[in-house]
Amino acid sequence: MALDALAFQMINGLASASGLFFVAAGLSIIFGVTRIVNMAHGAFYMLGLYLAVTLADRLPGPLGYWGGLLLAALAVGLLGAAVEVLLLRRIYHVPELYQLVATFALALILNDAALWLWGPEDLLGPRAPGLKGSVELIGRRLPEYDVFLAFAGPAVLLALHLLMKRTRFGRTVRAATQDREMVAALGINEALLFTAVFALGAFLAGLGGALQTAREPANLNLDLAVLGDAFVVVVIGGMGSIPGAYLAAVLVALVKALCIALGTVEIAGLAFNMSKLTLVAEFLVMALVLVLRPQGLFGRPQAAAARAAASEAPLRPMGGTGRALALAALAVALAVPALATVWAYAPVLALDMLIAVTFAASLHLLMGPGGMASFGHAAYFGLGAYGTALAATGLGLPTLPAFAVGILAAGAGALLFGWFCVRLEGVYLAMLTLAFAQIVWSVVFQWEEVTGGSNGLIGIWPDWPFDSRAGLYLAALAVTVAGLYLIRRLIFAPFGHALRAGRDARMRAEASGIDVARIRWLAFTASGMLAGAAGGLYAFAKGSISPETLAVGRSIDALVMVLLGGLASPAGPVLGAGAFTLLQDTVMRETDYWRALLGALILALVLLFPGGIAGGLSRLFAGGRADG
Amino acid sequence: MSAPLLEIDGLDAWYGPAQALFGLSLTVARGEAVALIGRNGAGKSTSLKAVMGLVRRRARRLALDGADISALTTHRIARLGVGYVPEDRRIFTDLTMEENIGLARRPGRDGADRWPLERLFALFPNLADLRGRRGGAMSGGEQQMLAVARALVGNPELLLLDEPSEGVAPIIVEQMTAALRELKATGLSILLSEQNVALCEELCDRAYRIDQGELGWSGPMAAARLTAD
Repeated sequence: MALDALAFQMINGLASASGLFFVAAGLSIIFGVTRIVNMAHGAFYMLGLYLAVTLADRLPGPLGYWGGLLLAALAVGLLGAAVEVLLLRRIYHVPELYQLVATFALALILNDAALWLWGPEDLLGPRAPGLKGSVELIGRRLPEYDVFLAFAGPAVLLALHLLMKRTRFGRTVRAATQDREMVAALGINEALLFTAVFALGAFLAGLGGALQTAREPANLNLDLAVLGDAFVVVVIGGMGSIPGAYLAAVLVALVKALCIALGTVEIAGLAFNMSKLTLVAEFLVMALVLVLRPQGLFGRPQAAAARAAASEAPLRPMGGTGRALALAALAVALAVPALATVWAYAPVLALDMLIAVTFAASLHLLMGPGGMASFGHAAYFGLGAYGTALAATGLGLPTLPAFAVGILAAGAGALLFGWFCVRLEGVYLAMLTLAFAQIVWSVVFQWEEVTGGSNGLIGIWPDWPFDSRAGLYLAALAVTVAGLYLIRRLIFAPFGHALRAGRDARMRAEASGIDVARIRWLAFTASGMLAGAAGGLYAFAKGSISPETLAVGRSIDALVMVLLGGLASPAGPVLGAGAFTLLQDTVMRETDYWRALLGALILALVLLFPGGIAGGLSRLFAGGRADG
Repeated sequence: MSAPLLEIDGLDAWYGPAQALFGLSLTVARGEAVALIGRNGAGKSTSLKAVMGLVRRRARRLALDGADISALTTHRIARLGVGYVPEDRRIFTDLTMEENIGLARRPGRDGADRWPLERLFALFPNLADLRGRRGGAMSGGEQQMLAVARALVGNPELLLLDEPSEGVAPIIVEQMTAALRELKATGLSILLSEQNVALCEELCDRAYRIDQGELGWSGPMAAARLTAD
């Protein structure tokens, strides 16, 4: 390894770290005061970049360029204020999970707004006036702009530090980060403070984006990419700590720089290209930090309570009506193949629904009774799909054993990742599941020899008797019914009681002799295996799979299905997955702006029907009994 | 006789779905000190939180100086001249003592600031040497004094005090009692939730006893000991 190569990568890394730090600092400040993890923060960054490219292009001269950048960031700050007033104020009181999903919905809508305003093409902004050249460093040429950015990070860190220590606003923010109720009791207008804090956070994200104008083109994938990176940085640094965010951004950038600079190394005789690690390096660092120091390098341990307020009504075994409804649904499902003569699309749609139901039910087991929100459930779906596909095509196994291999692969993944995840709570747990899912995705994406890389795997067809449309459909029905039945048995067994006890009051459950971590680990694994079964069915149903199969979008689909159906009811995932698949196959197929549509749907759910379909139905039948 | 400063009639309050207060009624006149007594968990703290708007509540009447406050948010109630000293003090541990005070300082409804630092330090001499001390590095007693001082710099007309003697040394309780008597003598109205009956007797004119979220007894402070269950 050449030292100059490393130095070069480091400056480059520090330049990226600055942009990432702005986003992460904004995210952190907002979380500190409002306790909202803003999933739309990447979208603010992206909008900052788009706006800056547009403005810097239109406004004349150097003043126009730098002024345009600042204007772009200010505009994003203003947008943030509007978002806080119009949306967030309505969701401060809802459970954490709904907040995550609502702000994610906002990100989807903002993404489509950018598509509508700027079109799908990448946009490259003008070069920065005065910083177009490069400087010489140990024989390498470094862009001046990168050097400027590398200094911009610490400068903003210092400015934020002074803001927090020296101004009344800063002191109020620090006080509210600890105890916002008490701040209000001292006569400080909490609503105004929240708006200001959100605007500041959005401004920082917008600034981070705007400053990238001369470095990278604006494109529509930036929001999720940056969000993922910023999460990693915030989690490593510790939620709410601004210096922590900067340190973490630098750490991640340096680890990446090191990976690139090392290039191909030999480990135990095997040539291994370290630069391939860059995609997962940050997630590996995060996983390591979360395991060793769950609150992050500079974070404080989270208060464990907070959950009690959102405790759910106890689950009741299915009554006579429920049984009758379930049997009726099964009868309808069995009749679907006969429908094919009148409506050829029916079995295809119904198969999609079954896969979705199984997938959603697996996530529901984790989120409902388990109380663990996974933002990376696609990993186990994908492991099941790839396991099944590789066993069927690569190893040439018959359909059933191949399917079993898929389930086992997903189970093994869940067993491994679950061990880490179940030790965390809430947002941290969600972030770690997301991180693991990104790792799996990266491995699948980059391991071309085995997984086919971005092309994926093709020609995955089941053999007799599953090679007919009806055959595969009935098999999928059997898997789904068996899966749902098993989940019911689990929920109402002592295992399920222990799981729910651990969800509602972890410490009390542990004090009464329940090994909560172990119970949760088992539930995580069971959930992963079921998701793997859904993935295996998916592979056989589609005949080909690609990394898209386990991308973050699929995790989000599953979340939406569970929320749509209703978190508190075991029937929720069935209803939610059915409705979602129907919606996806009909309405969303017809429009370019399906993200915005999906986002609007999610927002409507969170704001108007927080109980989901199942909650709405049971309220209807209970005749308003559920009030209060 | 003029309307009481604080007037509560038929106050219900909830923690999530669980109701914790059932139709509480009480009044605090100007310049009066009133004690809320009762067992742990009876609803004393909840009553104070309900006045501040910190829990979900509903009342036939909840009025400050004759004006309805049942629909106001917490910060508006505070600005109308209600100072709140919470049960577990809730000092901002990251901020220095002086920053804690500075954050809370605002003129009273008449526009006057009656609590310059010198007057605070005269009332609580212990605080004078701790201006730069981080809230988290102060002792329980110091924090308790700071919590009262923090409420005072908002220039309130009514002080809601939640268990100011809890978990602090007897000597501090004595100092606190003296300070509170001094405050009362200046005409400040006080609603005090307290387990320490001796402190109540030193300070208060009347008392209300809350049993399991309902009003159990009310009368002159001097008679309160006899009603103890």
